[in-house]
Amino acid sequence: MTVASTAPSEAAQGRKQQGNKLEAVGKEMKGARIFIECLKAEGVDTIFGYPGGAVIDIYDELAKEESICHILVRHEQGAVHAADGFARASGGVGVCLVTSGPGATNTVTGIASAYMDSIPIVVFTGQVPTPLIGNDAFQEVDIVGITRPCTKHNYLVTRVEDLERVIREAFYIARSGRPGPVLVDLPKDVLNAIAKYKGLDSVKVRAYQPTYRPNVKQIRRVVELIKESERPLILAGGGVVLSGASGELRKLARRITAPVTTTLMGLGAYPGSDEKLWLGMLGMHGTYRANMSTGACDLMIAVGVRFDDRVTGKTDAFAKQAKIVHIDIDPTSIRKNVPVTIPVVGDCKRTLEALNRMLEEEGLQWDESEREEWLSQIQQWKATRPLAYDQKDIIKPQYVIEKLWELTRGEAIITTEVGQNQMWAAQYYHFNEPNCFITSGGLGAMGFGFPAAIGAQVARPDKLVVDIAGDGSIQMNIQEFATAVQYCLPVKVVILNNQYLGMVRQWQELFYDKCYSCTCMEHAPDFVKLAEAYGAVGLRATKPEEVVPVLEKGLSINKTVLMEFQVEPEEKVYPMVPAGAPITDMLLV
Amino acid sequence: MSGRNGHRHVLSLLVDNEPGVLARVVGLFSGRGFNIESLCVAETIDPSTSRITLVTSGHKGIIEQIKKQLNKLINVLKVHDHTGTQYVERELVLVRVKADAGSRAELLRMVDIFRARVVDVGTSSYMVEVTGDEGKIEAFLNLLKPIGVMEVARTGSIAMAREKNKGKEARNGQN
Repeated sequence: MTVASTAPSEAAQGRKQQGNKLEAVGKEMKGARIFIECLKAEGVDTIFGYPGGAVIDIYDELAKEESICHILVRHEQGAVHAADGFARASGGVGVCLVTSGPGATNTVTGIASAYMDSIPIVVFTGQVPTPLIGNDAFQEVDIVGITRPCTKHNYLVTRVEDLERVIREAFYIARSGRPGPVLVDLPKDVLNAIAKYKGLDSVKVRAYQPTYRPNVKQIRRVVELIKESERPLILAGGGVVLSGASGELRKLARRITAPVTTTLMGLGAYPGSDEKLWLGMLGMHGTYRANMSTGACDLMIAVGVRFDDRVTGKTDAFAKQAKIVHIDIDPTSIRKNVPVTIPVVGDCKRTLEALNRMLEEEGLQWDESEREEWLSQIQQWKATRPLAYDQKDIIKPQYVIEKLWELTRGEAIITTEVGQNQMWAAQYYHFNEPNCFITSGGLGAMGFGFPAAIGAQVARPDKLVVDIAGDGSIQMNIQEFATAVQYCLPVKVVILNNQYLGMVRQWQELFYDKCYSCTCMEHAPDFVKLAEAYGAVGLRATKPEEVVPVLEKGLSINKTVLMEFQVEPEEKVYPMVPAGAPITDMLLV
Repeated sequence: MSGRNGHRHVLSLLVDNEPGVLARVVGLFSGRGFNIESLCVAETIDPSTSRITLVTSGHKGIIEQIKKQLNKLINVLKVHDHTGTQYVERELVLVRVKADAGSRAELLRMVDIFRARVVDVGTSSYMVEVTGDEGKIEAFLNLLKPIGVMEVARTGSIAMAREKNKGKEARNGQN
């Protein structure tokens, strides 16, 4: 691998920052150099980007800087998704650099996706020189205006004196509180102007103070509810993964013996190997037992979730018998979609720590015998309606995922595109650890998975990274094969080729009288040849007995590999809750 | 005041006095389908801070969301909901009213009763300035309608909380 870049340890980061400070602090330099120094101060060693006229000064400085590796993508959308994947796999902040105008507008989908999923990324866009702003100059676009509703915050830097502070604030805002994307727009003249690099030690933003520490009184009330509860259920979301609360979550579940379900974004927060307490994902394509549990529980402890419509179904009918405890760092998530008995504003990890501590201090614990009725009800749901498919003559997509899970022992980092491939990945790949499932959950952006896999592979060169894709979505950012091959990234792409835009086709079959309007993709490239044209390895399986050999071979090659599986065209994702129906009203196979 | 859209709330926001901040606030309302009835913005005594007074309406849950979402904006320093507290609300209105021989006397009487002022006199119309809270303004404009309102310009409401722990009399004396 030519890219030796993993998330540096904190100590290494500290040393690096110290070194930088000594060299550059107090010196006068161009804005473009200040930009580089700020990245170094933030411990950034990798950025994803695409050059252009407005950012050429930064690229000039990048060429002279050895400590920052720039990954040249083939489309700016790929750069943002890669930064997103990098952030999720590394637990750090992803960084992306693009030029003005179209470079900037091409980042919007990626930014919106990171915003919906609360992923810390900082996107730097070039801008025309300040005197030209507003003149409809060449490659000018009001990207700050365009991205205002889909960034956590954004900036237009108009004075070089503000540059250092703004960049440092951008990183601070992106990673603190409920994380999210921050965009910084950099006019060309600001990058060329000279200012002193101060080497700021700390960043403070007036009136921005996320609440990390939960209110103890609220925790006390949660403990009281747990004491009263006979059928508790834990619902964990992306917030648990983001705050690193997975360990505390497991502790809580085992201490009070409460079954656990997660949202799509929460997969991995609780081990999929726990046969007793793990329910699988809930929601529109959740497991039968997870969805039924939401209807039957008397206490729902919701941690780091936002009660998306794909999770709740019809909100009036959601968790009707339950008192709901909602723990989230973002107050706007609480009581936005569902009524809540006890709101707790705080960081998921700190809040669960406090809750576990209080339970421990009071010697409160519930074992399986005390939950027998509840757990046996769940086992019964599981036994009557397990996730299932019938592998006959044509390859079933579920079979491919299941075999992939077996062959990788559930230890790969999985990214997905969006649609059926995403849901099958969520259902049939059983994650045991957080930060291993990388998907565009909120925005649902097709074309996300492959560049995200590239970002994840750069962040974690030690890990096997697999993008699970469909024949439709892979074509939305297929140009990134050139990136993966150029940087020798051994990303694996599994294409479940059903020659349809499968999820929409499924809706058309079920709810639109089988009118398959524009969802048939008969014409696709020869994926194997295409992979080879890019310099990657291409493999194909057309029969069920070829699935395992192709996977085995593909996974063993230390190169970018595309594996195409020609799957049952009309296979559907089940179970399914029709949009707007109560979540317990499931269409089963 | 409670209507189809729920209660009327007067929100007072302190925000960073920077370009784009108003756009963030207004964009939040349009993007999330919240309602703005009036909006008034100007710098405070501290040039780094502006005050936005915003009148909105909605049911309890909506108002809670509006306040939380506003607080979430990085440039919003403080959100205060005056509704349900003791506060003074004022709006300034300029009205051009038809003023012919037959209606002038009646118009001037109205102006006098409402402690308004005539600020421009023309051959066929008077321009009248009036300040007050929403109720007074509405009452005044309704009474002018039969005389002939030609044009109205309103600033939107501004509001300020009354000093706390004062007797009721002192508060009422202000009105």
